[in-house]
Amino acid sequence: MAISTTATQNAAYEAPRSGTWDGGNEPFKASYGKLMMWFFLLSDAFTFAAFLTTYGMVRHRHLAYTGTPEAFKFSTAYWPIPEKVFNAFPGLHGYDIPLAFVALMTMILIVSSVTMVLAVEAGHRMDKDDVQKWLLWTILFGGMFLGCQAWEWAHFISGTDEGTLMADGSRFFGANLTMNQYGPVLFADLFFFITGFHGTHVFSGVCLLVYAFIATTNGTFHKRGHYEMVEKIGLYWHFVDLVWVFVFTFFYLI
Amino acid sequence: MAHHAPEHDYNAEGHAVHGKPNVKPILRALAWIVGITAFEFLLAFVMDASTLRNSIFIILTIFKAFFIVAEFMHLRHETKGLIWSIMIPMALLIWLLVALVSEGSFVGEAIFNAYK
Repeated sequence: MAISTTATQNAAYEAPRSGTWDGGNEPFKASYGKLMMWFFLLSDAFTFAAFLTTYGMVRHRHLAYTGTPEAFKFSTAYWPIPEKVFNAFPGLHGYDIPLAFVALMTMILIVSSVTMVLAVEAGHRMDKDDVQKWLLWTILFGGMFLGCQAWEWAHFISGTDEGTLMADGSRFFGANLTMNQYGPVLFADLFFFITGFHGTHVFSGVCLLVYAFIATTNGTFHKRGHYEMVEKIGLYWHFVDLVWVFVFTFFYLI
Repeated sequence: MAHHAPEHDYNAEGHAVHGKPNVKPILRALAWIVGITAFEFLLAFVMDASTLRNSIFIILTIFKAFFIVAEFMHLRHETKGLIWSIMIPMALLIWLLVALVSEGSFVGEAIFNAYK
């Protein structure tokens, strides 16, 4: 009798995390790690939403440009229209090619998102070679995006050939945090903060992908029996793509 | 690790796991996202800036976001509880946007039109 009582009391220790009040329930049918990645991304979404909302607020606080796009000139009196600020393309100096480069960057990031889904999908099939292949493609596209952003920043900072005639009669080229040739001071500040914060996310994403590639190559995930780590990093990577979709619309299109 | 043919790989449950890759829904989502982006890009040139154009951009962006979150991030295939616990907090942001953007307009109004 004494033995059976002990056995009942010890049930929770013999089969841990299986009872209703012992973590045995999985109402969301997702692992702890995936769930926490989702909630982290939710909080990150709030951060980016705050940035983009700030952009909307600051933009509405300034006057809007009312003339035709052809007659547009840079001025601190009104908010610049994006197609006149972002109209350069690498290797085509002096041509007016509005938004083409940023559209290319968008495509690169979307394609990297697809190669990431394919890596996750290969992980479900425990296909190590495919996981490696698609992770490498994702790293490549992620790196390409970062390179594009570096060029974009360099161009934004160094400015156009003409620059802008400032109120004191001098010419100013490019942008820094206190002065810029494109429009109100906050325009360049928001450009640096929003695209910079996003670029930092892409950079950490690439670091995580490199880690996942090394661990996959070493067979770490295969020995573990699942590729959930690739899935979690995938969630993060898609989120970075998602944020870019919004940055593209609010910063470059509208 | 022993070298072996793919059909002898097993997952944690001990099932053979080498199936055919199922990429059709992924490519369909990709086609939608690329198509919408191309359309937005086109619209930026053929249509003059207006509230209507901005509204179209925002609606199309939400469509793109749907494909990324539902298909790429797999949220469509998660439980209802998880879907709601992500979507309800996100809905709060709509008010943040409305409140602060109109606040920005009021601040601008105060700066530029206060003495008119």
